[in-house]
Amino acid sequence: MKKKLFRNPGQWMLMVALTFFFVVIMILPLGSLFSKAFLNSTGDFVGLANYAKYFTTPALSVSVGNTIDISLWTAVLSTILGFAFAYALRRSRLRCKTFLKYMALLPIFMPTVVHGLALVYLFGNQGLVTGLGWDIGLYGRTGIILSEIVYTFPQAFLMFDIALGFADGRLYEAADSMGCGPAKGFFRITLPEVKYTLISSLFVCFTLAFTDFGAPKVLGGSFNVLATDIYKQVAGQFNMNMGAVIGTLLLIPAVLNFAVDRITSKKTDGTVSARAIPLRIKKSRGRDAALGVVCWFIVGFFGLMVAVLVMGAFVKYYPYDMGFTLQNFVFNQSTGGFASFLNSLSMSFFSALFGTVFVFVYAYLIEKGRGMGPLKKAGRVLSALPIALPGMVIGLAFIFFFNAKNNPLNFVYGTIGILVLANMLHFYAVPFVTASGALRKLDGEYENVSESMKVPWYKTFFKVSVPLSLPAILEMFMFYFVNSMVTVSAVVFLYSANFKVASIAITHMEESGDFAQAAAMSLLILAVNVGVRAVYELAVRRLKKPKRKEAKESEL
Amino acid sequence: MSFLQIEQVNKRFEKQAALKNINLTVEKGELVCILGPSGCGKTTLLRIIAGLEMPEEGKVVINGRDCTALPPRERNFGVVFQSYALFPNMTVEQNILFGLSGQKNKNKEEKRFRVTEVLRMVDLLDHRKKYPSQLSGGQQQRTALARAIAPGPEYLLLDEPLSALDAKVRVKLRAEICRIQRTLGITTIMVTHDQEEALTMADKIVVMNNAVVEQTGTPHEIYNRPGSPFVAGFIGTMNFYERGNALLGVRPENVTVGRDLFREDDTHWIGTVMGLEFRGSQTRVYGRLRGGLEICADIPSGEADGLGVRSGEKCCFHIPEEHFVRYPA
Repeated sequence: MKKKLFRNPGQWMLMVALTFFFVVIMILPLGSLFSKAFLNSTGDFVGLANYAKYFTTPALSVSVGNTIDISLWTAVLSTILGFAFAYALRRSRLRCKTFLKYMALLPIFMPTVVHGLALVYLFGNQGLVTGLGWDIGLYGRTGIILSEIVYTFPQAFLMFDIALGFADGRLYEAADSMGCGPAKGFFRITLPEVKYTLISSLFVCFTLAFTDFGAPKVLGGSFNVLATDIYKQVAGQFNMNMGAVIGTLLLIPAVLNFAVDRITSKKTDGTVSARAIPLRIKKSRGRDAALGVVCWFIVGFFGLMVAVLVMGAFVKYYPYDMGFTLQNFVFNQSTGGFASFLNSLSMSFFSALFGTVFVFVYAYLIEKGRGMGPLKKAGRVLSALPIALPGMVIGLAFIFFFNAKNNPLNFVYGTIGILVLANMLHFYAVPFVTASGALRKLDGEYENVSESMKVPWYKTFFKVSVPLSLPAILEMFMFYFVNSMVTVSAVVFLYSANFKVASIAITHMEESGDFAQAAAMSLLILAVNVGVRAVYELAVRRLKKPKRKEAKESEL
Repeated sequence: MSFLQIEQVNKRFEKQAALKNINLTVEKGELVCILGPSGCGKTTLLRIIAGLEMPEEGKVVINGRDCTALPPRERNFGVVFQSYALFPNMTVEQNILFGLSGQKNKNKEEKRFRVTEVLRMVDLLDHRKKYPSQLSGGQQQRTALARAIAPGPEYLLLDEPLSALDAKVRVKLRAEICRIQRTLGITTIMVTHDQEEALTMADKIVVMNNAVVEQTGTPHEIYNRPGSPFVAGFIGTMNFYERGNALLGVRPENVTVGRDLFREDDTHWIGTVMGLEFRGSQTRVYGRLRGGLEICADIPSGEADGLGVRSGEKCCFHIPEEHFVRYPA
């Protein structure tokens, strides 16, 4: 009873409201999904009968093996390439590192269907490379693996880039002084330093490939994977219960990944002592040449992918009439038209706006709220879950939940609102980590000092916490925006005929053979995303600048 | 009635007791130092007084009002934390104004006037347009103090306010804080682990150890008649001897050193000089008595030079009976 007096009523009410909101958009829909998996089409409980049927239908269950197969290859290859790339940027004397870094991130600015599209332009039946006489047999397994590598490589690279960013030069100097060669140093110091990142990277890449819809949709041909099966079951055959069964299967690696993440995040790599000295990278022509070849090959390949999209977008009729045209930017109404691009912009803007506000306020209450122990604990558990939710599972769960006739929230179904909610949930995990990390860096006594002076908490929030976290807030906004622009999996079940978004439009353009328009639309998305990222980089640089100036003045 | 009364306060973290049966009274206008080694519970006690922690048992009565369950905003105090917690995105002036924004009864003019007033008090008027990162450590500390006193709180809490500063600045600021505290006549509770700080600043010292209050008293009482061997050892240095059932303690500065080797009784002990430590005005003589007991004596350096004692030589350590402090064993 005493404790009740002790907390802040305003904060408590807000915390309860946000927790309730979170439960409504995550727990209840997942509940509907799971219950559907155990019901038949008329709504009777059938236990595991749906699963039994799934695994005894060879046409369906073959996809499980296929999906594991492509995901394993993707995980291993992406991790190796991501490590090599990050190693080159952090531990070699290569030139143009900034350029290489931004080029390596190019794939995250495009939907996965666009990766597939670019690969079609290169290796497809009428592809540039195929035309030169080298047919890699793109459609099916090869193409999916290649496309998933393009998709997951930036994630692997970013993880290793952080892990390899910390290095204690003393270790390498000590190894040197004991006569260890560079190879031994690499295997005995560098690799052990990143072992948890290695594990995380394998799991993350595996999960991303396992649950991706875009690449297999474009390149799969007759090679079925779970993500395309789920789509066929739900959108093609309206077999919701089988869709739910496959949805729960899609969750398995994500849940495993979640468990691994819980374990490895406690044992992070690169915890370097405060006395560490920065590593001095030695000259080594052989190493730099080898890594240079790998890096420039990857970056060249990404460059080539963008180049063929540009080509596809601006030529009249590839490969027959290579004349320049802007006609491809006049989009057919049937596949979504220019409106779908505008829809994507507004959906991404609102996802970023509401997502950032929701995540930041929730993270603030969890990190800085007064009292509220059990609610904070619940908040942390809820916040940890979205990382394990594939977009397709969210999409499916949302259909089941929001489309239910007796649901008072039924009105959001078929509107931009449900797309925004799906994105807010789908991309929650990374911004939450960003927000709580930024807030934890702030002095814990700010709130206490303010409260002692009777300043209301929201005033401290707006005047102190928000301004000091502005770089993190911009980062969250940017992350939400870019990801909402490119997402296919979460929205493929949720868009409506009168509110189609660009990534879906691209999928439909490809289906109907309008590759040129698909390329044109892809360029628009890419341009917007690169633009948003550039604005973000400039803004953050600007925010960080005056501090340096102050530091100089105080030295005088 | 005392200004602040803490009655039978208990607090645990996990399974560790942070505070055990704490009783404490603070009179109006006093400067009380809570002194103790790290982890003794002194900061927890301060946070309970501030309302940032809840005691499991016990009562906190401030100005006649039971505040045990009141949140900080209803307690009317000012606080300076070890980190100062200055808002880095605001100038000195804005920091203080922000603190005044909780005051509904003052208009803008009055607030501005108050800012100037407190800035003059801490001598920072010229620096009011600067950001915290442009200030020296001492200036930051004074800004935090100005911000804490600006709303005119009933009492002031200082959590290790000087520990982040260099020795010179610290000594200067001690006097500064005392001056401001006396001018305002504001009841102040300060937590510190620095015994010199406590001795020089406090009207009353509360020595804590292992979650309990070891002794409460004026600096003189604490130093001259330390209530327990812990207090004696924590504040200054103390030689200990067992005699019968009692433990005797004596301060090194109360031991004199002589060349007279023929007198040996209860207060004159013969021993060997084991080492000398020159400390400026004083010299500490480390010795070993005939029975193996260790002793140390602080004598004026001039006297040490006059005696010409060297390591390895025998000499007489004289301890006047009245300087012994007795503890029941």
